[in-house]
Amino acid sequence: MSVAAQIETTFREEHGRVLAALISQLGDFTLAEDALQDALVEALTRWQAGGIPRNPGAWLTTVARRRAIYRLRQDAALAQKTNLLIPAADDEQEIEGDEVDMDAIPDDRLKLMFTCCHPSLAMEAQVALTLHTLGGLSTPEIARAFLVPVPTMAQRLARARAKIRNAGIPYRIPPADLLPERLDALLAVVYLIFNEGYSATSGDSLTRADLCTEAIRLARVLVALLPENAEAHGLLALLLLHDSRRETRLNAVGELVLLDQQDRTRWDQSKIREGIAVLDQALALHEPGPYQVEAAISALHAQAPTADATDWQQIAALYSSLAVMMPSPVVEINRAVAVAMVSGAHAGLDLLLRLESEADSYYPYHVARADLLRRLNQREAAADAYERALALCQNRAERAYLQRRLTELLAF
Amino acid sequence: MKYIMLIYANQSEMPQYTPEQSRAAIQNWMSFQNELQASGVLVENNSLNPVTDATTVRVRGGKRLIADGPFAETREQLGGYFVLDCANLDEAIDWAAKMPGAKYGTIEIRPIMTYSQDWQSSQDWQSTQG
Repeated sequence: MSVAAQIETTFREEHGRVLAALISQLGDFTLAEDALQDALVEALTRWQAGGIPRNPGAWLTTVARRRAIYRLRQDAALAQKTNLLIPAADDEQEIEGDEVDMDAIPDDRLKLMFTCCHPSLAMEAQVALTLHTLGGLSTPEIARAFLVPVPTMAQRLARARAKIRNAGIPYRIPPADLLPERLDALLAVVYLIFNEGYSATSGDSLTRADLCTEAIRLARVLVALLPENAEAHGLLALLLLHDSRRETRLNAVGELVLLDQQDRTRWDQSKIREGIAVLDQALALHEPGPYQVEAAISALHAQAPTADATDWQQIAALYSSLAVMMPSPVVEINRAVAVAMVSGAHAGLDLLLRLESEADSYYPYHVARADLLRRLNQREAAADAYERALALCQNRAERAYLQRRLTELLAF
Repeated sequence: MKYIMLIYANQSEMPQYTPEQSRAAIQNWMSFQNELQASGVLVENNSLNPVTDATTVRVRGGKRLIADGPFAETREQLGGYFVLDCANLDEAIDWAAKMPGAKYGTIEIRPIMTYSQDWQSSQDWQSTQG
């Protein structure tokens, strides 16, 4: 790896922890970000010449503090608002190396994550802010990942930061009564980031694959910071297990490949092993939850050596559990598909029919129906269902898949 | 930090209360207000007459344009407000969620500009306008 690339990686790794510490010390989100930005610029020059310091996080924190003090001296109004006591000029010394012990600074990343995922911020702002502040992704990188122009993303981030300051969003871990709902929101943001990357189909698929990696990294941070939280483990397990199949999801020409058609030899076994290990850790905490159930379902798929060997009965039972925790048409549709694998297509269709009124505008409902009807050789009804699905589906690769199925049926 | 809670509700869909229900509803609001007062966060509050009593004023090209009704036809209309002095947004949200009106209407929480904030906030607003 080139020096520039190494520095880039270090920045990414240290960004979240350093920023979180600075916000705590300085009491201001924007000041901390600006000061860190200054420090990164300085690091780029110094580290390219002198190498990466032994404790880069400490180096960045120290230099950023110094830059913050400098900024506060220039701006009296800003100084009024922050916690930091500005030391007298002769107290300041040239920062040599690891003046600040990173271990002595509490890890404030949780506070940072909760702040980024505050419910009063728009969802897209939560996602962008989390990726930027904790993930250390640059504005252009996030813009590319979400297929929006860079100025749009810059504005989104600026608005979010302004809102945090102006609306008085507190920089803290929420009190006990708010914790469950806020934690759910945190996990949901990480999951959303993963899904954005996972369902990537066109153009910047490489960048969007980075989103999966980033989401997994964030999930790891959450597990490290919340070791007693079963659902945080569940989410990490789920992401690892999904990600193990990422290479086989699309074929060489970008077409969607379904689970039963995927080349299982190309599934990432180390991710599967790790995912299952993390799931076991989750279950040992005895706090069941939807992410753990979804991970268990994913694990059953991952562990089946062939599609035919899949334990559909267990999967159907798990979807039943999930339906209790998280009642939704999606879960019922998946359950119906699993039941069809165990008890035949008619059984599956019966279950699907019960969903008709609530699921009619939801394309996976029609896809599931179409698939089962096709297996029963009810070609006209199946074609009709594929057409309904196509009318509702926006995803490019999925549309291509549906079109192929429809063409196959009509070819008779 | 001072926040204003703007209470919106659909005035044409307000339930027709029996005298008994009316009393109960008023009692709810009074208990809430007492709780607020006791906590020390209440700065001021008022109920507003319904939009049927509203008048709009605009001055355009030197002309005064006066009209009946609210500034815009909306599904929910402003019915009252509370000004609270809270430690942070979460505290404001907690109080908003306790308001009887939150169960059937919408509470909008808006920070009140402080003198030193005026400039910074307007700068933020400027910089976020593409």
